[in-house]
Amino acid sequence: MSETVKTKAPKEPLFSKKNRKLVIDPLEDNNPVTVQVLGICSALAITVQVEQALVMTGSVLFVLALGNVVISLMRNLIPSRIRIIVQLVVVASLVIIVNEVLKAFLPDMAEKLSVFVGLIITNCIIMGRFEAFAMAQKPWPSFLDGIGNTLGYGIVLVLVSIVRELFGSGTLMGFPILGDKVEGTGLFATDWYANNNLMILPPMALITVGIIIWVQRSRNKALIEDH
Amino acid sequence: MAINKESNGYTIGFAIVLVVVVGTILAAVSMGLKPIQQKNAAKKKRMDILGAIKIESTRQNVDDVFKKHIVDGYIIDAKGKKIEGKTLEDAEKLDIQKQFRNSGISPEDRQYPLFIAEKEGQKLFIIPMVGKGLWGPIWGYVAVKENMVDIQAAKFDHKTETPGLGAEIKVYKSFQKQFEDNKKISDDNGEFVKITVTKGSGASGNPHAVDGITGGTITSKGVEEMMERTLKVYVSHFHAK
Repeated sequence: MSETVKTKAPKEPLFSKKNRKLVIDPLEDNNPVTVQVLGICSALAITVQVEQALVMTGSVLFVLALGNVVISLMRNLIPSRIRIIVQLVVVASLVIIVNEVLKAFLPDMAEKLSVFVGLIITNCIIMGRFEAFAMAQKPWPSFLDGIGNTLGYGIVLVLVSIVRELFGSGTLMGFPILGDKVEGTGLFATDWYANNNLMILPPMALITVGIIIWVQRSRNKALIEDH
Repeated sequence: MAINKESNGYTIGFAIVLVVVVGTILAAVSMGLKPIQQKNAAKKKRMDILGAIKIESTRQNVDDVFKKHIVDGYIIDAKGKKIEGKTLEDAEKLDIQKQFRNSGISPEDRQYPLFIAEKEGQKLFIIPMVGKGLWGPIWGYVAVKENMVDIQAAKFDHKTETPGLGAEIKVYKSFQKQFEDNKKISDDNGEFVKITVTKGSGASGNPHAVDGITGGTITSKGVEEMMERTLKVYVSHFHAK
């Protein structure tokens, strides 16, 4: 099962149609969050602020793209009995590197994300892509697959965080948008909207993800499973 | 060259090689970045200390601002006696969080750093403290005025308290502001009086009580316990003077 089929196909261009599909597919039709429903846990945890969502996406991008390449390079060497452990070791070490780098160069952000950087290890998207894709594919397609899936994940993360930060804290990227009329802060000072604390709590992230899934499926009927 | 990839020998060998390679890389990264991380942590601590007396600073200018406003510092023991020979530098280096967590150090052996600041011609004492919240550690700084009785300001922070509930101790408007409303750490005789974190309202006007956070009772109680345990020591130090 672990044996990979050696293809004798002629060398294909770097951005062939197939390779481009690897990047584009996870953005919409095969989105890891809204279609495969993976990585939900972190979508709940770090989408309170847009900035956090962006840094998280960057961290996952590094881990998934590089991890996919590493696993793909080793795919013919990894003994199948310990392959999950090997994958785990690769994710864990990359995550530790990300964590250390954040602590050294973006200390404030590292503090805000705190344990959630470490929890990238448990992000199901990563192990899922390692096992399902990188174990059987060459490094370049694996790299693209990592980029595509992270971007698909990142889009959802950023969308959710925009909704939550705007309606929960009245800011975007820390810049005040919905301000207080009395204190005269914000771009649009209103007296009819008060920041909704519920937005900051995890349940609202789930509901927001749900709404995104709903919108996506009503636009694309092919995604609706028939029961 | 045919290697049986499913043999035990190969599997174990692969695992060993992988672990050695990964271990080396991680150790190198960690060692390489450690000095920068420690510098960051020290800066953050200075920012927190300055924040307790409402002096804003950024990571860029914190060292200069700190030197300008923090004039002295030393360490006292659990009985409130000044430990001789300890300087501001020692006080800064003392990790009270580590000391608090280490069950090998009994409460009587704990050391307590004290920072002395000058702001607008006024002398202020800054008292760092650590405690337990609901999910993890909480910490803070209480600034006491020159008369060693009145609280000038307080600043609290936390690691993992619930946003919107326990985490509100970090928010100036909802919690920390109350400490600027004529709160005292001791009574007229110089005896320590704890500041109670009460449920509901009714704390305004009372120099020894503040309102707790709705839905954040355990965190609020954690703040109360932390302040009681720590301030007691400092009051005995101030009073002995």
